[in-house]
Amino acid sequence: MELVENVPMVDIATVQSPPVSTPPPIAVEARGMGVYYKAFRAVKDINLDCVTNKITALIGPSGCGKSTVLRAFNRMNDLIPGARVEGEVRFDGVDIYGPGIDPVEVRRKVGMVFQKPNPFPKSIYDNVAWGAKVNGFKGKMDDLVEGALRQAALWDEVKGKLRESGYSLSGGQQQRLCIARAIAVKPEIVLMDEPTSALDPVATLRIEELIQELKSRYTIIIVTHNMQQAARASDFTAFFNMDEDRAGYLVEYGRTEDIFTKPRQQMTEDYITGRFG
Amino acid sequence: MSPVAEAEARAASTVVSQQFPQGEAAVKLDRKRSRRGVLFRLLFLASLVVAVLSLLTLLYTVVNQSFGLTALESTIPPEELIAGLGLPPETALADLEADSLVSILLEHVSRNAGRRLERDQRFFEDRLVFEPQDSWDALCAGPDATPGCTLPARDQASIYQLVLERVVEPNVVATWSFTESMFDRASIEAEVAADFPNAELEFRSWVSASFVRSPQNPEPELAGIRTAIFGSLWVLGFTILFAFPVGVAAAVFLEEYATDNRINRLIRTNINNLAGVPSIIYGMLGLAIFVRVLESLTSGSAFGAGEAGGVANGRTIVSAGLTLGLLVLPVVIISSQEAIRAVPQSLRRAGLALGATKWQTIRTHVIPNAAPGILTGTILAMARAFGETAPLVVVGASTFITVDPTGPFSKFTTLPIQIYQWTSRPQPEFQHIAAAAIVVLLVLLLALNATAIILRNRFQRSY
Repeated sequence: MELVENVPMVDIATVQSPPVSTPPPIAVEARGMGVYYKAFRAVKDINLDCVTNKITALIGPSGCGKSTVLRAFNRMNDLIPGARVEGEVRFDGVDIYGPGIDPVEVRRKVGMVFQKPNPFPKSIYDNVAWGAKVNGFKGKMDDLVEGALRQAALWDEVKGKLRESGYSLSGGQQQRLCIARAIAVKPEIVLMDEPTSALDPVATLRIEELIQELKSRYTIIIVTHNMQQAARASDFTAFFNMDEDRAGYLVEYGRTEDIFTKPRQQMTEDYITGRFG
Repeated sequence: MSPVAEAEARAASTVVSQQFPQGEAAVKLDRKRSRRGVLFRLLFLASLVVAVLSLLTLLYTVVNQSFGLTALESTIPPEELIAGLGLPPETALADLEADSLVSILLEHVSRNAGRRLERDQRFFEDRLVFEPQDSWDALCAGPDATPGCTLPARDQASIYQLVLERVVEPNVVATWSFTESMFDRASIEAEVAADFPNAELEFRSWVSASFVRSPQNPEPELAGIRTAIFGSLWVLGFTILFAFPVGVAAAVFLEEYATDNRINRLIRTNINNLAGVPSIIYGMLGLAIFVRVLESLTSGSAFGAGEAGGVANGRTIVSAGLTLGLLVLPVVIISSQEAIRAVPQSLRRAGLALGATKWQTIRTHVIPNAAPGILTGTILAMARAFGETAPLVVVGASTFITVDPTGPFSKFTTLPIQIYQWTSRPQPEFQHIAAAAIVVLLVLLLALNATAIILRNRFQRSY
């Protein structure tokens, strides 16, 4: 971590290999990535390196393709009929869209939390245990469930009612349950698609604190509409916008403090100061 | 906005609002609109009343026919038989020991008729009644051995039935409907006294325990629906066995795996169309495929399990069950598809995002969450199959059998077939037993549906 702090910030978006002696470890990198929905190009030419154990926020106006980029990192776009990805997304040096790569394997290592809390209509315990079970977890399930719930800062609230339905929880608790469920399968990266947009401010704050705690163990990539959230809760920020051909592209990527205090692009400044978007 | 433009806009807005009716005209229009609303409400109410009235009329007709007074004339009244045995007159014939019943038969049935009965099934394990021991032994040792040689002896109920059929011979000479019996009893009694002096007037429920328990019989007073109930249940069993798994599996494939291409769209559309094909056409299909082409399978001869002599051919319970299965398959598929489609996409995504495979997600999340809907559709489909008549007529349901089906390769009849047969008879007694059979059919249907709904609700409660 110290290492990253000391690295002078470079424009990762435009430089293929950062000109520093000790580059930060990269969890996932997109190279020339574009996503098509049938004939429509939703995003184009994305070059993005997400730093290990850091929080990367993806921001931008509606329709700029930031959720599409996020879903490309764990092949969730495969579920949309007619969706197609070009370029490369490298995870541990392997292109996850390469031949012979099983999307199931990718999704186990790259977990995801969705916009609306979507617990399974099962007990709290089963919500957390199911992912581990289907992935062939052989250890002590009780310990795994407790550990995941503790990491998600939910254990104290639910330890007495693990057998109750996941739907009996409040919205914020449900979202933390979904986070616990995602980290119970021990992913390396957790993708979050506007995880607080359906929550009230107090629940939002708790999730943001939780995300800060989780980054020591996981690389987190979060899509957010809320610029304060990106400023408060992320280490790196990627700003996307829509081109004239309606394809989203990466405008600027860098340390969050730099993006918000001294952006290099006029468009970024316009967006973060609320002049459009 | 400049003051001029503002004034212009205000003026334009005034012009527009003046184009709506004002004052008296507005009030009139409002009244007219609400009158029209009331009119339509009444129209909808009237439709509901018509529907309810038709249902009530149907129920009334059935019940009216199922209960009522009957005038019975017995060849030998049961009291006479009781008295002949020297028993107290309050003894009921049905309660007599097998010994006494057989002695009545011995007295009133001819020797030859008795022999035939005994050869069908003997009266006692340890002794013969009508047949001498030596000719019996010869018969059973010879090539013409009858069922009586091997079957166990008749029980008391079956002997009592014989006494009724052969000795008492109750004969319904006149019947009346429920309303007539309730409101016109005096004139019925007078009529019976005048026309049938020997007859006994009794209030009869055509739906009775013995009606449900007895097999088919040419005499309407003795006929029952036992064979038909068993037939219906067997056929329904095979229908479920075929339509449920195939229908649900097809729906899962169409909803979860099939891509949205031209062929799959064509298949989907055609399944919807198949649900509207007249049932008689499925009967023709069943006749052509199951009864004729697959005869060796449906008659059981391929498994060496067919009925002796192959009397059933392919016209067996299996054929009927599969035909009805085909008939309800589109309904099962469509309702399952709808239930599966109603499972929120977010559940599938959540499952897949955890690294579960597609099948794991479908098995643990999609199917259980769709199950109540799938079951509802299946219940409705089964109710339809239970009441189907036309395709079974074509497939070859037997119109008169008295033996219970013994397995999938038996000949069969079903309740609706039985009702159809009886209603086409001219004698009024058959109308009564047809009505009684309808009552039983309705009760069975309700019971089946209730069971299924309870099962479904239990399923639903476990999250």
